Amino acid sequence: METIFDGIDMGSVTTNMTINPPAPVLLAMYVATAEKQSVPYDKIGGTTQNDPLKEFIAQKSYVFPPEPSVKVAMDVIEWSVKNLPKWNPISISGYHIREAGATAVQELAFTIADGIEYVRHLINRGLDVDEFAPRLSFFFDSHINFFEEIAKFRAARRMWAYIMKEWFNAKKPRSMWMRFHTQTAGVSLTAQQPFNNIIRTTIEALAAVLGGTQSLHTNSLDEPFRVPSEFAAKIALRTQQIIAYETGVADTVDPLAGSYYVEWLTDEIEERAWRYIDRIERMGGMTEAVRRGYPQREITDASYKFQRDVEEGRRYIVGVNTFVEEEEEEIRNVPLLDINQEEIERRQVERLKKLRSERDNSAVEYSLRELKNAARRDENLMPYILEAVKKYATLGEIMNALKEVYGIWVEPPIY
Amino acid sequence: MEGSRELLRSALNGDKRALGRLLTILESSPKKAGEVITYTLDKEPDAHVIGVTGIPGSGKSTLISKLITQYKEDNHKIAVIAIDPTSPLSRGALLGDRIRMQEHATDPSVFIRSVPTRGVKGGLSFSGVAMIEVFDYVGYDKVIVESIGVGQTDIDIMNIAHTILVVTTPGLGDDIQALKAGIMEIGDIYVLNKSDKEGAEKTYSYLEFALESYELGVKRGWTPKLIKTSALFGWGIDQLVDLIEEHYKYVLESGLYNEKIGRRRMLMLKLLSEKIFMSLLEEYFNKGIDRDILRKYDLYNASIHLIREIVEKLIKYGG
Amino acid sequence: MGGTSDILELARDIRNMRIKVLVAKLGLDGHDRGAKVVARALKDAGMEVIYTGIRQTPEQVVETAIQEDVDVIGVSILSGAHIPLMKRLMNLLKEKRVDYIPVFLGGSIPIPDIEALHKMGVDKVFLPGTSLKEVIKYTVEAAKRKRGYREWRDLGNY
Repeated sequence: METIFDGIDMGSVTTNMTINPPAPVLLAMYVATAEKQSVPYDKIGGTTQNDPLKEFIAQKSYVFPPEPSVKVAMDVIEWSVKNLPKWNPISISGYHIREAGATAVQELAFTIADGIEYVRHLINRGLDVDEFAPRLSFFFDSHINFFEEIAKFRAARRMWAYIMKEWFNAKKPRSMWMRFHTQTAGVSLTAQQPFNNIIRTTIEALAAVLGGTQSLHTNSLDEPFRVPSEFAAKIALRTQQIIAYETGVADTVDPLAGSYYVEWLTDEIEERAWRYIDRIERMGGMTEAVRRGYPQREITDASYKFQRDVEEGRRYIVGVNTFVEEEEEEIRNVPLLDINQEEIERRQVERLKKLRSERDNSAVEYSLRELKNAARRDENLMPYILEAVKKYATLGEIMNALKEVYGIWVEPPIY
Repeated sequence: MEGSRELLRSALNGDKRALGRLLTILESSPKKAGEVITYTLDKEPDAHVIGVTGIPGSGKSTLISKLITQYKEDNHKIAVIAIDPTSPLSRGALLGDRIRMQEHATDPSVFIRSVPTRGVKGGLSFSGVAMIEVFDYVGYDKVIVESIGVGQTDIDIMNIAHTILVVTTPGLGDDIQALKAGIMEIGDIYVLNKSDKEGAEKTYSYLEFALESYELGVKRGWTPKLIKTSALFGWGIDQLVDLIEEHYKYVLESGLYNEKIGRRRMLMLKLLSEKIFMSLLEEYFNKGIDRDILRKYDLYNASIHLIREIVEKLIKYGG
Repeated sequence: MGGTSDILELARDIRNMRIKVLVAKLGLDGHDRGAKVVARALKDAGMEVIYTGIRQTPEQVVETAIQEDVDVIGVSILSGAHIPLMKRLMNLLKEKRVDYIPVFLGGSIPIPDIEALHKMGVDKVFLPGTSLKEVIKYTVEAAKRKRGYREWRDLGNY
């Protein structure tokens, strides 16, 4: 962390960390590094994704079982709310859930159900809803069915405001806002005829803007087969710039409101999403639902149906099952980034050896032991992790210490 | 003959490929399976067969994985037969029980095999039972048979396993109903898994009550025991292993060990006979049964006629 | 993709042969949508599919293949680490003397890597956009090949 921010004033940048189970450690490292730069806590700004439930559902970079994973994430939020006023401690994500095969309704329902679970946990800790709710943010997918996506975003904002107000008694308007970031759907892009992806990304970006997103990521056309090239990334950027500066669509709030079709679709999607949320509530909430494998099964079924629809001609994908061309374009014939994996491993091992020889190892051991005890006593882990990080305990050492207390998770067989 | 003997010898020497192949032979060729089993019957059996049954979602696989860890520490060789249901429509099967045991996949003293049920009636298949004989012969001293607790399977499990674990979890609704449904009558040890969940205390009381008042499965000399575990967090595993070993001691001392072996082998014979007959029956129907048969005979006699034809064919061609 | 008789023949072969396939995700990526869809398609086609889940090491895959005596191994990798992972897998298969099992690979594989993978011994690489029918057809054909190999049939001498 110190190496990355050497020469960068952490008080004047914001940093997004797409990190989940190790979020508390990364945040602690970030804060410790900023402290060394004498940046005051109220100037430290950024985001940690820190959304454990979606890991079990979709992204699958989980470590501990569901209950401890949620507990640790809540520690991060609680500590961040109390200490880092400019930090977004969580990005409640639907993107990964959608990419894993969920339908629009499922993406909406599961994301909001995740949010409900987190809010409940935080309130149970004694936090006031208006204290933390303004710091919650969301992250959605924008897929290719144009109107369905716009309706989904509109339904999301409506549902969240309702839930915060009626279920959790939020008083401040800011607590009811749904601030969200959107990424256009990687899974909708094709490796065949890749230049078509520019059009797909444009339409998906437009849907997100018309749906009211606060920030946007547009995918590059070569996303399906490589880490984006500069050429492709630039087009993705220009896509946003043209929409923002030339089209005027962002000049009006919710411009499609009142359209008979969009309003009907919004109602429809909302109703279907509520049915999912009801079922999850009856199971006892999202953590329990995840342990049972419910959302995972829904997604597996949905993704299988999607594939069957494509193969049996009920769903069209241009270039894949319709308007197919035999010639493969040159652009696909590109190698992966050449990364010397052995070299990287060797260098990292060297670095770790050096670190371990230069630090106070008994202090590290002590801090890790304290951390484990705190975990067993169910305390907020952040201060202990901060201590350990300042003594230069490594990410691996801290995670391993927690694994000893919490165990590791192997997913139930769902297919 | 030669091939089977060679394979068994290799398997005895630790060649897992040979063992894997032998198990496939048990599944695919009744005649060759017969040869294999004939050899294995030579050796005095000494494996402890542990049946683990319970509805999906009770955490059986995770529990078994923890048992394996414990038994490994005590220097046992452990085999697991994981029985998964087959789709009756496609005849295909998606076997995923081993996902939760994969940490043991590379351990030299562990062998895990997934077996589809391949039967419409449910219950154990011939190959599932025959595999126990082969594992015993090759030197695995703890053979764990995992199956879903449903109807016929339970009866069969009683005949093949020395120690039967019935696994359940809290919150599955009316637990007494579950007991009444018969699933719960066969256990030597009842395991309340996922006891970290809410409602565990209540479910435990139900089960305790049921075991006492219904005198479920009190078999001569052994009173069924109830134990709480959480496979996820590792609670109660040591005690469970102790209980299993305690039961095993009882099995050895009471003569139940050999009785079960006898019953297992009879079941194996029954299942193989059924398998051979069923495949002949199916072949008979596929090859073109006389469509007018029900005009020539009444239903009962038509069946008898059919069976007679099959048996005659069997005698003629040796099956 | 062939007429009705094609499909019927496939189904008959699958039923008679009792084809067993291992589907695994090697390495650390958790993107299992494709692997699960393929596993289910193979099962619906009538095969026995062992699905081992994510985060498998080459050692685990090989041992599982041996214990389950599978006919074909299907691997899914979307992390970009397919070259080192598949190299280790193919070497292990050779070392454990089960390299008669055909291996197919799917995921985010760049076209220029296909040749290197074939050289390692990977039997087939499926690119994005492959239909499930293709995968099923290939698996049946690969299983037939494997059952024909003397080395497998005469285990014990090999």
